[in-house]
Amino acid sequence: MSELDISGLVKSFRTQEVLCGLDLVVEEGSFVSILGPSGSGKTTLLRIIAGFERADAGSVRLHGEIVDDATHFVDSRKRRIGYVPQDGNLFPHLSVKMNVGFGLRKAERNGTRVNELLEMVGLANLAERYPHQLSGGQQQRVALARGLAINPDLVLLDEPFSSLDAGLRASVRHDVRHILKDAGTTAILVTHDLDEALSLADKVAVLRDGRVSQCDAPATLYARPATPALAREFGNVNFVTGVARGLEVDTDIGRFALEDVSSIPGLRDGARLLVLIRPEQIVLSSNGSARARVLDTEFYGHDAVVKLRANAQRELTLHARTSHAIDLPERDSDVAISVRGGVVAWNDESSDTDQV
Amino acid sequence: MTTTESRVEALGWAPRRRRPRPRALVLFSAIVIAALSLPLVFLLLEASDAGAATVWHLIWRSLTATLLWNTVRLTVVVTILCAIIGTLSAYCVERTDLPGRHVWAVLVVIPFAMPDFVVSFGWSSLFSWISGFRGAVVVMTWAVYPLVYLPVAASFRGADTGQEEIARSLGASRLGVFFRITLAQARRSILGGCLLVSLVILAEYGAFEILGYRTFTTEIFSEFSVGFDTSSACALSLVIVIISIAVMIGEGAMGGARTSRSGRGVAPVRTPVTLGRWRIPILGLFSALVLAALGVPIGSAVYWMFQGGADAISGVSLGSAAFYTALYSAGAALLATLMALPVALLVVRYPTKWTRALTRSTFLLLAMPGLVIALALSYFSEQHADSFGYQTAAMLILAYALMFFPLALVGVRASVSQAPITLEEVAGSLGVSRRQVLRRVTLPLISPGLAAAFCLVFLSCVTELTATLILIPTGVQTLATQFWAYQQNLSYGQAAPFALVIILIAAVPAYLLGRFFDRLPHRALAAPVPNVVA
Repeated sequence: MSELDISGLVKSFRTQEVLCGLDLVVEEGSFVSILGPSGSGKTTLLRIIAGFERADAGSVRLHGEIVDDATHFVDSRKRRIGYVPQDGNLFPHLSVKMNVGFGLRKAERNGTRVNELLEMVGLANLAERYPHQLSGGQQQRVALARGLAINPDLVLLDEPFSSLDAGLRASVRHDVRHILKDAGTTAILVTHDLDEALSLADKVAVLRDGRVSQCDAPATLYARPATPALAREFGNVNFVTGVARGLEVDTDIGRFALEDVSSIPGLRDGARLLVLIRPEQIVLSSNGSARARVLDTEFYGHDAVVKLRANAQRELTLHARTSHAIDLPERDSDVAISVRGGVVAWNDESSDTDQV
Repeated sequence: MTTTESRVEALGWAPRRRRPRPRALVLFSAIVIAALSLPLVFLLLEASDAGAATVWHLIWRSLTATLLWNTVRLTVVVTILCAIIGTLSAYCVERTDLPGRHVWAVLVVIPFAMPDFVVSFGWSSLFSWISGFRGAVVVMTWAVYPLVYLPVAASFRGADTGQEEIARSLGASRLGVFFRITLAQARRSILGGCLLVSLVILAEYGAFEILGYRTFTTEIFSEFSVGFDTSSACALSLVIVIISIAVMIGEGAMGGARTSRSGRGVAPVRTPVTLGRWRIPILGLFSALVLAALGVPIGSAVYWMFQGGADAISGVSLGSAAFYTALYSAGAALLATLMALPVALLVVRYPTKWTRALTRSTFLLLAMPGLVIALALSYFSEQHADSFGYQTAAMLILAYALMFFPLALVGVRASVSQAPITLEEVAGSLGVSRRQVLRRVTLPLISPGLAAAFCLVFLSCVTELTATLILIPTGVQTLATQFWAYQQNLSYGQAAPFALVIILIAAVPAYLLGRFFDRLPHRALAAPVPNVVA
């Protein structure tokens, strides 16, 4: 069963609609990142899931039970959701130990549970300290332990790493992921940091214009983005135009298999398509399907980028990434290129489809 | 499909969904608001008993015109003077390299602890020209300017100095920056302080009685004490209510614009403005201010005490009066703080237009003469409770709590809005009940604000006179009533020790208050009166 099931969520503040019909399903035990620019409603979504705000419309289900819709509202106290806010937000008047034990029953507060949790986040020796005596990363980990103390079914992390400096961020991130995986807790992380979203999560939900525009595993997002804009967001791109021929697409640099046609509604022969080719799909080889001239090369050690011009009439510029960076072709030399694997394409809306 | 339905719902076809408000909070607030409305209900009942014609006749006299002129011009002049003194002193303390600023920060607040009747006694017993309008202006200005100083200082401390630096870099002069940026940022606080000042002046009795200056409040008191003429007193009180509503509407209209701070809550780094050659003159002005507001009343009391000779002091009555004063004041301070707590929580945590308007309207109580509040409580106990509680300590304490509720609200509200709501939300998400969150998170966080509210009400009660005169339990004297009795008999030597003890008792909480507000980090107090528009 899914842990969290959100459908048709709408929330506005005054006249500004922040979420407009958002749907999201989170499976039990998974780690989902919600990725969106600042102001895209990420925090609002989290606050509605936690029960701090009520949705204007739509519904939120936890374990199949409705916690927020037109007629029902379950208070945050009864949702069993661990919330780890942006700045940690530890109770300033309580020690680390008391912060972690806050949600426990009185008898348990001095028991082994608190020590275990502190142990888990690696802060067992700081139990008696007060929040202001801790570093940012330590505060963040205490906040996590506090959220986990109540054995939550779901943990919400609201940009928990954004206030940490770069060096600390990587290690705290790593720790948090392991702690959550070990505990088997479902987690939702909100972030505007692409690397963070991709590296931590089992699935990434991309938030755009108050909706989830795609929710998939990081590799799928990269390989099969739902829109050209998403493709650009998740890495470097080459876009070429082509014409559909059955389950293949004919382009200036060759004919390629379409990997997934669900992104092309109403696909028919002769339709104009916009084709995505990732730089690492382009292979420089002796027996390629097309010829191209090398415009420039950029050497990065572990790999290199070769800037190419294919098909001189159309001035088509391509970027190829090659891990074989030792003997790069000379500038202005001619090479043969081929494309590895299938490609993703969309209907090309920039031009009139009926021209061809 | 679901989406379309939801959107239709969001557009207002379906009733708006709300997070339920905690019922206990709403209930307690409703009880408090009901209690606070008693004086106004009393006035309206009395007025309707007397009949519209009578009330109209009572108001439409030449006397009303005189009182109106006296009250309005005094209020206007004192408010303007307080705005200038309060704002400039706050600017010097918060923004310049004034030597000893932490000492001044406390010294300029303490005059608020001076009972107005002691201040006026001090001035008028030393200088014969201090009387009438001139005297009232001098005395009231010294006594109430801290009401402007406190919020404005808080706003200067929290405001963004970056704007000033930018203005200066754009070529604005120092004075230009002060008027165009600094004052604009503090505008709401200044207006809020001015509102408190105007309301307090409307309700003032003792000082004007000593100075022989007639306002609505003194007239209400004499009409009542001479002829027990309740309907006349009530008619005049209604005029006060109308004036204060006008003042509040005016303040609301002028304070409409809001200052905003760009960027997140990073503590601004600021370099204090260098006073340079102005340093000595400004130190002189500060000394003069403290001398006028503190030195004269204390000095005159000491002078009269020695004039009266040592035998004038009766240790026993002084001790018992001090005891009862402290007892009643502490009780009232506790009650008012407890009353302010649910209201502040409701208006800060669940703000709506209505709760804001309702909270704001409680400030009317500041302008109500103590006499009216005393009469209202006696009326309700007589009419509806079989004279239960009349002239008991409980009723006096309730009267005090009603009178000074707005001041308690200022303090509690400031610190509730200071306590981050996220902490309460986190606590709630950890499965802790609302009452537990209040006890384990909110109260510890806002305890300094509760203490400040307690101090504010305590010192106001210590210096309260009119309601005390009416409601004091038989056979008991407080410092204020005893001082008043001696002062009325012109026994200045015997009155003086009581004045000194009042000052002593009130100065302690005033000192604590000065310290508290000096350390309040952000802009919590910058808008003392909630604005309906905001």
